[in-house]
Amino acid sequence: MSGDAAGLGRGRAAAFVLPALVLIGVFLVFPALWTIYLGLTDYRLTGLAAADPQVVGLDNYTTAIGDERFQGSLWLTVQFVIGSAIIGQAGLGFAIAWTMRDRRGPVRRVVEGLVLLSWILPGSVVAFLWIALLDRDGGTLNTLLGTPENAWLLDNPMLSIIVFNTWRGTAFSMMLYAAALENVPPSHLETARLAGASTFQQLRDVVLPRIKGHVLTNLLLISLWTFNDFTPFLLTAGGPEGRSEILPVYVYNVAIGDGQLGVGAAVSFLILAINLVFALAYLRLIRGRNRAEAPLQAPSGRGGG
Amino acid sequence: MNGPMAPTGRRYVGHLLSRLALTALLAVVLAFFALPMLWLATAPFDATPGIHVSLPEFTLANFGAILDNPYALGSLANSVIQAGGAAALVVVLSALAAYALSRVRVPGRDALLYLLLLMSSIVTGTAAMVPIFELANRLNLIDTHLGVILVTSGGLLPAAIFILKDFMDGTPTSYEESARVFGAGPLQILWHIVVPLVRPGLATIAVWAVAGVWGGFLLQFILIRDPERAPGSVILYTLYTEGGQPNLSLIAAFSLLYSLPVVVMYLFVSTKYGFRFHGGIKR
Repeated sequence: MSGDAAGLGRGRAAAFVLPALVLIGVFLVFPALWTIYLGLTDYRLTGLAAADPQVVGLDNYTTAIGDERFQGSLWLTVQFVIGSAIIGQAGLGFAIAWTMRDRRGPVRRVVEGLVLLSWILPGSVVAFLWIALLDRDGGTLNTLLGTPENAWLLDNPMLSIIVFNTWRGTAFSMMLYAAALENVPPSHLETARLAGASTFQQLRDVVLPRIKGHVLTNLLLISLWTFNDFTPFLLTAGGPEGRSEILPVYVYNVAIGDGQLGVGAAVSFLILAINLVFALAYLRLIRGRNRAEAPLQAPSGRGGG
Repeated sequence: MNGPMAPTGRRYVGHLLSRLALTALLAVVLAFFALPMLWLATAPFDATPGIHVSLPEFTLANFGAILDNPYALGSLANSVIQAGGAAALVVVLSALAAYALSRVRVPGRDALLYLLLLMSSIVTGTAAMVPIFELANRLNLIDTHLGVILVTSGGLLPAAIFILKDFMDGTPTSYEESARVFGAGPLQILWHIVVPLVRPGLATIAVWAVAGVWGGFLLQFILIRDPERAPGSVILYTLYTEGGQPNLSLIAAFSLLYSLPVVVMYLFVSTKYGFRFHGGIKR
């Protein structure tokens, strides 16, 4: 590295970096730290505790952890992450990448285009598309299946948002696995095939060892993003009766909906801690590998969602 | 092994079956991804849009409904202000920061970048909605465009700096040295020499920021309650959740109009720079 080509000097360099750091400090780092404090108070949106919040220690945490609604929400979140991210997005994404691996031409372009489109359309648009698809009275799915009066979002809210999120997020896994599969030399697959290996054996013995790193990266990232995904709120708002109230929706309903900011902040902190575990595992994984691929901005994180 | 012919024949049948299975799988995948989107393709042009997909009786009258709604068109203008403002802020601040970090050796620079990146990936809208709502309340940023711009920018900046620094590390410094010899100041050098070299990086960051804020819902939903200031994402949500019979003509036409910019931007980026650029970044 050549020291300081433009003659910036330490002082000017600091002046160049400072505005960005201040913005990040105030609107990213400070809120995270403040959550810890707010979570220790009985802060409320309105009423007496809004004017003069008291520190209540770990009460919010013990209340939340002992609360059946919170426990239920945590369990629903686990189902949501395993069902829609690990099985749905990663499974379907790999299946599509594997079937498309040596195809070129219009079929591949159409499939990839559609999968990508479901990823790039704004969340509030796709949410309505799924509400229309699953509608009880004359939704397209009921018309196709010949099952009138089947209220999918009311009768199977979790299944609905799991299938929805699979549809919504498969693109990332598909692209990542498509890139990963290019690292698998076709000659090795050919050799395995000639030796009589079944598709499953080829996948296990030839493909998996070469894409293990990609698989781990993929699973960590999509789990982190899915865990933080607020879009199901647009479909079910957590209902009916909290049966699809995953943690992001729970925090919203408790903190902003019911105005219990203290309890909401305590649960937010738990979410932060879980995110930290995912992110540290991810950074550990990519350290030493190509550093340029490090940005892991969640698609449904601060900018999107 | 029952002789030379049998395995070949069996392999042929197996091959045929696997091709059939493959085609079937592709058909199912296509249907799964296309089905929800059909409504967006047909309903905006249907004279009597229903909740289910039907062959449209072609009309453009639905787009007139956007003009009749008091908030629809204004919300798109709000989206332009918020997404454009955030993108401009992110591009300028991240370019300045990335340039300084790329050219001047600061102790602990890499650790700082990693730490910021780590923060931006764990402090998601979901995890920070409570303190951000509270902070915006105290700073009087509720119901302001500035609030949305500042909050979303704070989350986008770390990754933007990280990517741009990578771009800037890859540009030669010899031009800067000669410009310096001729008396150019650091800002002039940045503007006239470095910016043109990293233009693809700046464009990527701008498109990524615009698309993220344009489609974003949660933070905007929390920060803005006044429908006069609400962006397209929030107004669309109110169109189908507020009481009464939803106006399907309006929802259909508005959804299409509101989606169009992100689709166009995606096509622009994917044809110009290739979409696989930086795997972790959406859009």
